[in-house]
Amino acid sequence: MDSPLGLLAELTYRCPLGCAYCSNPLNLADYQDELNTEQWRRVLAEASDLGVLQCHLSGGEPLLRRDLVEIVADANDLGLYTNLVTSALGLSRSRAEQLRTAGLDHVQISIQSDEPAGSDRIAGTPSFQRKVEAMGVVKELGWPLTVNVVLHRHNIDRVAGVLELAESVGADRVELANTQYYGWAWRNRAALLPSRAQLETAEVVVRAARERLRNRMDIIYVVSDYYGRYPKPCMGGWASRQLTVTPNGDVLPCPAAQPLPLPRASVRVDSLERIWADSPVMTAFRGTDWMPEPCRSCRRREVDFGGCRCQAFQLTGDAARTDPACHLSPDHELVVRAVEAANSGSTGGDRPMSPRPHRVR
Amino acid sequence: MDPAQPNTRTPLSVGVRGSDRPLLARHVRLTFCRTRRRRILMRPETVMVPNGSGADILELCDGRHTVDQIVAELGARYRTVPADEVRRYLTRLVDRRWVEVTDG
Repeated sequence: MDSPLGLLAELTYRCPLGCAYCSNPLNLADYQDELNTEQWRRVLAEASDLGVLQCHLSGGEPLLRRDLVEIVADANDLGLYTNLVTSALGLSRSRAEQLRTAGLDHVQISIQSDEPAGSDRIAGTPSFQRKVEAMGVVKELGWPLTVNVVLHRHNIDRVAGVLELAESVGADRVELANTQYYGWAWRNRAALLPSRAQLETAEVVVRAARERLRNRMDIIYVVSDYYGRYPKPCMGGWASRQLTVTPNGDVLPCPAAQPLPLPRASVRVDSLERIWADSPVMTAFRGTDWMPEPCRSCRRREVDFGGCRCQAFQLTGDAARTDPACHLSPDHELVVRAVEAANSGSTGGDRPMSPRPHRVR
Repeated sequence: MDPAQPNTRTPLSVGVRGSDRPLLARHVRLTFCRTRRRRILMRPETVMVPNGSGADILELCDGRHTVDQIVAELGARYRTVPADEVRRYLTRLVDRRWVEVTDG
């Protein structure tokens, strides 16, 4: 067992946006009892002792936590590299300056499209203008900036514009991430999954931009595993490099693992060290012993680790099966059917889509 | 020189010059991890574990040492690290934008 490198600290699931692609869990109301400042302080210290080097402050919208500056300062005092993953709503200049002083290392701001009407429609609230302004503040204060865009059927055709926007605000990195189907995105999959033609067009644009911007901006493109031959690697292996602490103190290998039928582990009742080493939620799929065929005898078993356990559970009801995104999976048909539906001609616009609620109630 | 060396999927652009003064990029931080007893380079989404000489080079990327001085220093510390290799390593770091250079 290795030490984890990264902690995803999900400070709250409250969020001013209502994106239909959100990967937060559907049962948001179960997470209202959030850890307080003192409890987060202990979590960060325990994480650092465990070997964690990077702390991703996420949510929901982490800026909704009034104690965010304190939490950043604590993480910074422990020597952790701190990364704020934010919608930027609530990132006023004064708040930004406080976070800078507290030692925040890096800011990642999401945007939903390249122009106000489309971006605001997807976000469910007027936000585009404020996001672009906040990106300017981040650069002015000398922070490195990552612009993050979750791609789906309703914005993937705008990828050239998104790249131009990222360039114009001076982003150091742009992350173009095809939607991962968990939580609200899973509920809205039929409306969000792009067609093959959309993906292929976008990938041509991305390749050209990569070449053109080679020395100025890193372009990270997260492929759509529904269209791949092999599944995405599970976080570098289940409970191998990362851990997640949810707003109420539950500990998971990754945020998507929340619905899996494994006993809860919580920082309220146990230390992070014990949870990492011994709790079933961490040990269930660690290593390769749990693997069924075709993974067990596959040459790629330590490349993609059987794919995503959470996706296997979601699609088949059994987290110990091969990720159906893999073309070798006996359940691959489940993915093929979803892809066929996305390419059946009708546009996604007429498919029902439920935005996630802003509040947790 | 380094097992996790910056990958070279993009062709190398320009090499570093002897008078350049490399400096770790703003979004990059070199730290000592007490759990692993290793120096570790941290970036927004990833960490890299350089080997001893790689970490020494990174430590000298402080905006004060020139490339020539770093090469000389590494040569003094490790007889087995050729100057060209240090320059190539620095060039890769610059190409990946983990290190920036100022001239003179």
